Amino acid sequence: MTKIKSLADLRKIKEDLQEKIRLRENADQPEKLVQIKVGMATSGIASGAKEVMNFLIEELEKRNVEAVVTQTGDMGYCYAEPTIEVIVPGKEPVVFGNVTTKKADEIIEKYIKNGELVDGIIPRNYETIDN
Amino acid sequence: MKELALHILDIVNNSITARATHITIAIEENLSRDSYLIKVIDNGKGIEADMIDKVTDPFITSRTTRKVGLGLSLLKQNAERTGGYLRLESTPGKGTTVECCLGLSNFDRPAIGDISGVVAMLAGSFTDIDFVYSHHTDVGQYLFDTKEIKNALDGVPITDPSVRRFLVEMIDENLAEIKIIR
Repeated sequence: MTKIKSLADLRKIKEDLQEKIRLRENADQPEKLVQIKVGMATSGIASGAKEVMNFLIEELEKRNVEAVVTQTGDMGYCYAEPTIEVIVPGKEPVVFGNVTTKKADEIIEKYIKNGELVDGIIPRNYETIDN
Repeated sequence: MKELALHILDIVNNSITARATHITIAIEENLSRDSYLIKVIDNGKGIEADMIDKVTDPFITSRTTRKVGLGLSLLKQNAERTGGYLRLESTPGKGTTVECCLGLSNFDRPAIGDISGVVAMLAGSFTDIDFVYSHHTDVGQYLFDTKEIKNALDGVPITDPSVRRFLVEMIDENLAEIKIIR
């Protein structure tokens, strides 16, 4: 039987990781990384936001895009879940709706890598008025 | 929702909205009592007494973006149709405990699903929050604590994809060891 993984194994892989992270250019400057927030409220979870988030984390690493993928609460677009917000450094945040893994793939290849807009953007159609 | 793990993710998000800094997810499988008990315990801001009886009402929510709140209602529905229950205990300023019991062998009990993925996702998304996940079966217990993980990582971010993969594998292997019911 193979031995099950424990904290001791984690300490072992830690050293390789420290080296890998040191080599990254922007590891300590999160504002230079692509930031993605995945809406993870009840409606997001029920429509598959977790799979989309896992897909983004795995694929961005494979395709060498330095990014931080986190989850956030409700963005108020229950009709268009799963919803993700993408911030490419130096650009305004963009919210995409109905993001399947296929759509997420398109967003990585077209929007994040090449700056082309893809279908499914939820426009910001109002400004908040401060009372 | 098709998996209990997704319900747990949803309930934990309530704790995060309530600004909890310590969240425990405890699962207890008991064959002799035929029960599957899930507890989510947080130290968030708690729920006021006049609200606590209403939170499982789908048309009650504390958020302002919309008027429905389905998370607890859906879990309650799933629990009750397996002969179980959902209970809430809360002290304003101290925290909230959600206790959900399902019939273990009941045909309608959803499978636990990807619990290791959910725990690793939470640990990687909310790095300021300490998460404890414990899983009890008749064979044994597994305890996962993000504090221990962060200590072992010694500065390497828990958000790193390879750390996440490691955590998922570690949790899965340990859960297989105590023979959890899928």
